[in-house]
Amino acid sequence: MSASPNPIVEVSDLTVDFATGGGTVHAVCGVDLSLQPGETLALLGESGSGKSVTLRALMRLHPKSAKIGGAVRVDGRDVLAMSPAELAAYRGRTVSMIFQDPGLAFDPVYRVGQQITEAVMRHEGCARATARQRGLELFERVRIPSPERRLDNFPHEMSGGMRQRAMIALALACRPKVLLADEPTTALDATVQIQVLLLLRELQRDFGLAIVFVTHDIGVAVEIADRIAVMYAGRIVESGTCTAVIRRAAHPYTRGLLASRAETAMDKTGRLKTIPGSTPDLAAPPPGCAFGPRCESFGERCAAGIPPNVSVGPGHEARCVRLLPGAA
Amino acid sequence: MNGEAGSLPVDPRDRGGLGTPFLDVRGLVKHFGGKGGLLRQRTGVVRAVDGIDFAVGQGETLGIVGESGCGKSTTARLVMQIIKPDRGEILLNGEAVGSGDLDLGAFRRQVQMVFQDSYASLNPRLTVEDTVAFGPRVHGVSAKASIAAAHDLLDRVGLEPRRFAGRYPHEISGGQRQRVNIARALSLKPRLLILDEAVSALDKSVEAQVLNLLLDLKAEFGLTYIFITHDLNVVRFMSDRIMVMYLGKIAEVGPADPIFEAPGHPYTAALLSSIPSMDPDNRTAEAPLTGDPPNPIDPPSGCRFHPRCRFAASLCGEAEPASFGVGGGQFAACHLVNPASGHPRLAAA
Repeated sequence: MSASPNPIVEVSDLTVDFATGGGTVHAVCGVDLSLQPGETLALLGESGSGKSVTLRALMRLHPKSAKIGGAVRVDGRDVLAMSPAELAAYRGRTVSMIFQDPGLAFDPVYRVGQQITEAVMRHEGCARATARQRGLELFERVRIPSPERRLDNFPHEMSGGMRQRAMIALALACRPKVLLADEPTTALDATVQIQVLLLLRELQRDFGLAIVFVTHDIGVAVEIADRIAVMYAGRIVESGTCTAVIRRAAHPYTRGLLASRAETAMDKTGRLKTIPGSTPDLAAPPPGCAFGPRCESFGERCAAGIPPNVSVGPGHEARCVRLLPGAA
Repeated sequence: MNGEAGSLPVDPRDRGGLGTPFLDVRGLVKHFGGKGGLLRQRTGVVRAVDGIDFAVGQGETLGIVGESGCGKSTTARLVMQIIKPDRGEILLNGEAVGSGDLDLGAFRRQVQMVFQDSYASLNPRLTVEDTVAFGPRVHGVSAKASIAAAHDLLDRVGLEPRRFAGRYPHEISGGQRQRVNIARALSLKPRLLILDEAVSALDKSVEAQVLNLLLDLKAEFGLTYIFITHDLNVVRFMSDRIMVMYLGKIAEVGPADPIFEAPGHPYTAALLSSIPSMDPDNRTAEAPLTGDPPNPIDPPSGCRFHPRCRFAASLCGEAEPASFGVGGGQFAACHLVNPASGHPRLAAA
C-alpha cells in the first residue's frame, strides 16, 4: 500500500489464526492496509477469503481463542494493545460497524430510539433529551420517513431497508471517524441496495468518514469504493484504485472474477468463463500461491513461495510471480 | 422411436398436441392469512399472488424477477404444488394438474425444484448417493438400479462418484451440495425444473460453474426451466423470456434481450437501472426508486406501482392497467404502453 502522511487506519502484517478441531485455520495471513481520512476501501473476496475476519480485527471483535498478530493502528492508537475499558470507549466512538443483518445488530426488546440514545449517552455523557435529539437528527439524515415516530419502533416493526438505515444511524451516533461495513447491502433488493450505497457515499462525503466496505460483489465495490483490495485465502492479492483494478486487473484471480460475471462473460458457445475448482482449505493451504491450483498460468515458481507484491502501476499492486520484471 | 421419417421424436408424455404450451398457468391467486394469526390479532390478507397468467414453452427458460414480496417464490411453490392455490389452474401439456387427467404423483415426476439453501434441502443423515437414489426408490426402482443411476447422475453434475458418493452433506462445499440437489432433482427424469434462487448463495466463481452446468444439463436432458432469482445479470444470461413481478402481479413479460434493452414498464426500467454500474467513471448518481418495496397487505389501488412511479397520473391510481402487447412477444401492464388508455403523457407526446 502507498505510504501516505497521516493514515487513519494502518494495518501491517495482520495475521488471524483460529484453533479448530481440524487444525489451525490461518484465516488472515499477512494483510497490509492503509486508509486516509475520508477514503473508501472495498475489501472484495469470496467466502473464506478473510475479508470479514480482517474487518473484525480492526475492532477486535474476535473470540479470545483467535490469535491476532501484526499491528493495527487506528487514529494513531495501537488497537491490539488496548485494555478492555479503552476498547469499550474506542468501539462506537472512533470506529463503528454495520452488518449484513440489521435484525441481529439491534436488540429486539428495546425500541430503536432507546438503543441510539443509550449509545450517545454512554459515550458522550450527555442528557437523555440531547441524545434523543441526536437520534432524531440522524434518522432525518439517513432519510427515514416520519423519523419522530420511527424512533419509537421496535426493530421488527421496520422493513429491511429501513432497519439498515436505522443501523447506519446507530453506527454514526457518536460521530466515528471510521465506519466498517460488512456486506451491509447483500441481503437487500437491488432497488434498495443502490439507495443505501448512495446514502453511504453521501454520508462519507459530509462527515469525512473513512469506510472499509467488505463485499463479494464487484459491482457494489465499484459503486462505493475509491480503492479496491481483492482478497484470496487470507491475503490481499491485488489492490489499487477502483479504475485500475477494474480496467487493468493484473492478478489472474481478479481477472477470472471479472471474466465470470454473467453480463460480460459469454464466450462464443454461450457459456460463462469460469475459474475452475474452489477456494482452498485454510487449515491446509497449498504451498506457495494459494490460487495456484486454480490458475491457468500455474508454474513451478508459483508453488515455490508466497508471491511478492509487485507494483504494476501507480498505487496498483498484485501478488503474482508472472508480474515480476523479467517474467514472461 | 419409431416415428415417421422427418418428424420430431414424440415423447409419450406429450399429450396436448402441437401448439399447446408445455406449462400453462391461468388466473393463479394465493392469499395468506386474514383469519386470526398470532395471538388472534386481526391480520391483513397478504395478496402474495393475485391473479397471474403465464405460459412456458417446451425447452424454454422462463426467468422470474422482482423485489422481495413480489410473489415470485410463492408462484414457484404454487406451480410445484407445495401449496394449494386459492384460485386458478395449472396445466401441463394441456392437462389440469390434480384432475383425473394428471394426478399429483404423475405431475411431480415431471416437475422438480431446487432451492436456495443447499444444506437445509438435504437430509443430513443420508449420504450423497442415498440422497440422489431416494426418489427413484420411493417410486419403485430397485436399490441396485437406483444407486447405479445415482452414480451416473453424480458424474453428470461433475461430482466423481468414487470420491463423493459416500459423503454426507456437511462434508462437501456449498457448490458441491447444490450439485447434489440438482442431481437429486434430475433423478426422476423430470421435464420441468424450477430453480428458486438456486445459485444465489454460491460464491461468484462457483456460481458461474453451476450456471454452465445447468445449461449443459438442459441441453442433454431436454429440460424446461423456471429460473427465479433477484440477480438481474444472471437472469438475462440464463433466460429466453423474463417475467417481472410486482406485488403479486405480472408487470412485464417478454423475450430477455428486448426487455433489457427496451423495457416497456417503468418498474422494469427502474429495476434494471438499480444494477450497479461496473463503470468507475460513471457511477449511479441517483437511485431509480425511493423507499422499500411496499407491503403486499393492502396493495395500492389501480396500478400497484403507481405510488413509486415517476410517470404516475391520476388514472394510474384509479384503473388497473391490463397487459398490453408492445410487439415481439413483449407485454407490459402499464397505461403508458397502451395508446388507448388515456394517460396524460400520451396526449402530450
